[in-house]
Amino acid sequence: MIIFKNVTKTYNGTTALDKVSFKIQPGEFVSIVGRSGAGKSTVVKLLIAEEKPTKGQIFFNDYEVNKLKSFHLPEFRRHIGVIFQDFRLLAQKTAFENIAFALEVEGRPQKEINELVPQVLEMVGLKDKAFNFPAELSGGEKQRVAIARAMVNQPEVIVADEPTGNLDPFNTWEVIKLLTKINEFGSTVILATHNKEIVNTLGRRTITLEEGRLIRDEENGKFIIG
Amino acid sequence: MLINISRVIKYGFLNFVRNGWLSFAAITVMLLTLLVFGGLVLFNVITKATINSLQNKIDISIYFKNNVSEDAILSLKSSLEKLEEIKSVEYISQEKALEEFKAKHKDEPVISQALQEFSDNPLLASLNIKAKDPHQYAMIADYLNNASISNLVEKISYTQNQIVIDRLTAIVDAVERVGVGLNIFLALVAALVIFTTIRLAIYSNSEQIAIMRLVGGSNWFIRGPYIIEGILYGLIGGILSFLIWIPLVKFSYPYVLSFISEINLWEYFQTHFILFLGYQLMLGIFLGIVSSIIAIRRYLKT
Repeated sequence: MIIFKNVTKTYNGTTALDKVSFKIQPGEFVSIVGRSGAGKSTVVKLLIAEEKPTKGQIFFNDYEVNKLKSFHLPEFRRHIGVIFQDFRLLAQKTAFENIAFALEVEGRPQKEINELVPQVLEMVGLKDKAFNFPAELSGGEKQRVAIARAMVNQPEVIVADEPTGNLDPFNTWEVIKLLTKINEFGSTVILATHNKEIVNTLGRRTITLEEGRLIRDEENGKFIIG
Repeated sequence: MLINISRVIKYGFLNFVRNGWLSFAAITVMLLTLLVFGGLVLFNVITKATINSLQNKIDISIYFKNNVSEDAILSLKSSLEKLEEIKSVEYISQEKALEEFKAKHKDEPVISQALQEFSDNPLLASLNIKAKDPHQYAMIADYLNNASISNLVEKISYTQNQIVIDRLTAIVDAVERVGVGLNIFLALVAALVIFTTIRLAIYSNSEQIAIMRLVGGSNWFIRGPYIIEGILYGLIGGILSFLIWIPLVKFSYPYVLSFISEINLWEYFQTHFILFLGYQLMLGIFLGIVSSIIAIRRYLKT
């Protein structure tokens, strides 16, 4: 369960989020939509504690995220898989190692890693690219590695911040298909996007932000920005 | 725990190899740093030997009147030996003084002939005094002048050599002071250079570190491989520096020997090579680890 309670975030006097409140139940698929600068990425950053809110509270299960100390962040973040627009893969590690890293930080045994990583690589269709470095992969392939990394430890929540922003239409739909699949396996998925087509096709719960304020929160929502 | 350590070590080595150019640059700087430190060690050995040799050249001699008995001289010797400031007292009897004089001038027939003119031994018995610290000669000379021995003494050499002794003492002091200053300065410069290099290397990785944090890597899990890399820089830099110092010392030791005969640098190097290598390795590894830990600290906060 994720709860945003009257969350405000300002950067040097500019308000990025203004008293935003919402709840997300386990297993939901929620799209957060809005124009560039509406506050979508800020929601993601606050949720993974990359930033702290200026006011308000954020809860994730038993964690009060806004109060987490730097020391507790690694353990907390293992509950959330994150996918970024710019992939954020480790350039010096192969696809296999990038995915394995999410398991290694948890101290999982090597045997388990050697079983799990090929499984997710197959799921995202990159079995042949296991030992390629990110620089040797296309944009779509990189994003699939990032998705594999986010899901390999079966986190309760997957957060995707504009995951299709740098991808062509074909790869965009591949990524969305993967996210819905992950959601079917039981993980909560939060998708921040400004792609109208994706949101309208998905027909899932949609939270709409405008200039930092939450203006609409609908089940089976559509991408409507006035 | 054990599995984490083994992973940290594995990734340290992997990063080291995959960042070939960066590792090469860091090792080069580490090598230069350690060469400077090695140079400082040898410089200190030479300085110390020079100072010792200078100090050994300084002494005070008390020449006794002809009629003073050996017993009186020896009893003075033993009482002088009890003084804290005095390192050694050597008794040179009249006969020994003559022998030494003859040996010294054996190739000079005029002097030998002149010596035969004397029926008696014209040389005086003396006590040769060495102080622990060259600054104390003035004090010892004062003591001797004031002691109730003036009726035994013909002359005390200090008064004659005072200017030379003072000058030598001043040189010894200056060499020591400059040596310490130079050591601190060069050590600081070298440490700063290696620290900056490792900082730049880690700075180029700052984005990677942020990603590792976001994926849930604990600080030690992220920091570990960089520390291993730092250790490798130090280890390889230390070994290379040692290997370069071997021919350098072998080439230069005859020049040092001709300058100051007390120090055979090559012999010193051979008898102290484990210490020298250990010192290079320990310093290199220490600098590598400390630089890595300090440099990475600021990227581990978000």
